[in-house]
Amino acid sequence: MTQTFLLDGREVPFRDGQTIMEAAAAAGVYIPHLCHHPEFKPHGSCKLCTVDIDGRRGAACTNRAVAGVRVQSETAELNADRLTLVQMLFVEGNHICPSCEKSGNCQLQAVAYRLGMTTPHFSHFYPLRDVDASHPDVLLERNRCILCELCVRASRDADGKNVFAVGGRGIRARLIVNAASGRLADTDLAADDRAVQVCPTGALLRKRQGFAVPIGRRLFDLQPIDAVGPGQESGGEG
Amino acid sequence: MAPPKLRLATCSLAGCFGCHMSFLDMDEKLFELVERVEFDRSPFTDIKHCGPCDVGLVEGGVCNAENVHVLQEFRRNCRVLVAVGACAITGGIPALRNNVDLWDCFQEVYHYGVGVERGQIPNDPELPLPFDKVHPIYEVVRIDYFLPGCPPPAEAFFRLLSDLAAGRRPELPAGAIRYD
Repeated sequence: MTQTFLLDGREVPFRDGQTIMEAAAAAGVYIPHLCHHPEFKPHGSCKLCTVDIDGRRGAACTNRAVAGVRVQSETAELNADRLTLVQMLFVEGNHICPSCEKSGNCQLQAVAYRLGMTTPHFSHFYPLRDVDASHPDVLLERNRCILCELCVRASRDADGKNVFAVGGRGIRARLIVNAASGRLADTDLAADDRAVQVCPTGALLRKRQGFAVPIGRRLFDLQPIDAVGPGQESGGEG
Repeated sequence: MAPPKLRLATCSLAGCFGCHMSFLDMDEKLFELVERVEFDRSPFTDIKHCGPCDVGLVEGGVCNAENVHVLQEFRRNCRVLVAVGACAITGGIPALRNNVDLWDCFQEVYHYGVGVERGQIPNDPELPLPFDKVHPIYEVVRIDYFLPGCPPPAEAFFRLLSDLAAGRRPELPAGAIRYD
């Protein structure tokens, strides 16, 4: 017998061991997320996928589906909290969309569109962050990094290279490069590594193809993020 | 009798006037708009100071002391103040200089820039004092509505002003939110 749980009143089937996020994705239901990618181990850090599970809140990407539970995701309250989280991500970094090669293919931007963000609301930090342009084929733009650790996971688990890590804590946390010099050029990172492809923002970019697809004809210019299949959100090359 | 016209002021602070150009891009709808709207202070009228207005549209962020004075004049005089475009809302392209020390920035532009000869940093007392960082306008005054986009499309301006002229709360159409 197939087990099911209720997601926003709709019955969603799941297999043993599946998370709420995985079961929802398999059923074609979108739950907002940034640090989740179906190919990689859940991280549970961005908190955008927080849902109400029988009255308690938890991340849909880390909580297993349980038969019969009632999960609420598309509520005004949860979406208001998601909007606040996204607004905080925008002011913590330097996300200047009109100057970014990734604009239109950026998941941070696309999630903000879906949540109806018209203003970042909070005071901007305008932090000083380093750009690493040392690698011949890849640019590391820390101003746009949201610390989702997808590149950390992809480099370690898919590429077998372990190029990235997050150093520091709290507001001082930053993406670091595992080389004695700290420079991307001194690692074995290659342009077609998964680590480069999975970046949800414009923090990791392949060089020399920034505007291969013009603004206005990019992934999220043509469809909202909830219409793009799971794992396909980072499909657009910035 | 026709309802009184909406009195509208517009300005560009640390912006590129691209939002104003986009406003004008509504083309023949401008004829429809002037039936409902009349302009106060604006680059379109060249009126230098703002009187009491129903709506103020502010393009651009705040990068110097004069920007703040203009912004405060708009807030004092406009019943509804709207932040228009990426720069007013996030600082935008001018905020790219926030990562550069202001002195270094001036040196680069006025002394070492490509093609600069016998450069000097302008210091006329009439020039407004530049800030070390560019800020969005909502960090300085209260803002009622936000019109995102770089620039917001002409349709978004038309719809905003139509809604306000009709006494409706302005709503952005679904899919109209863009930051680029």
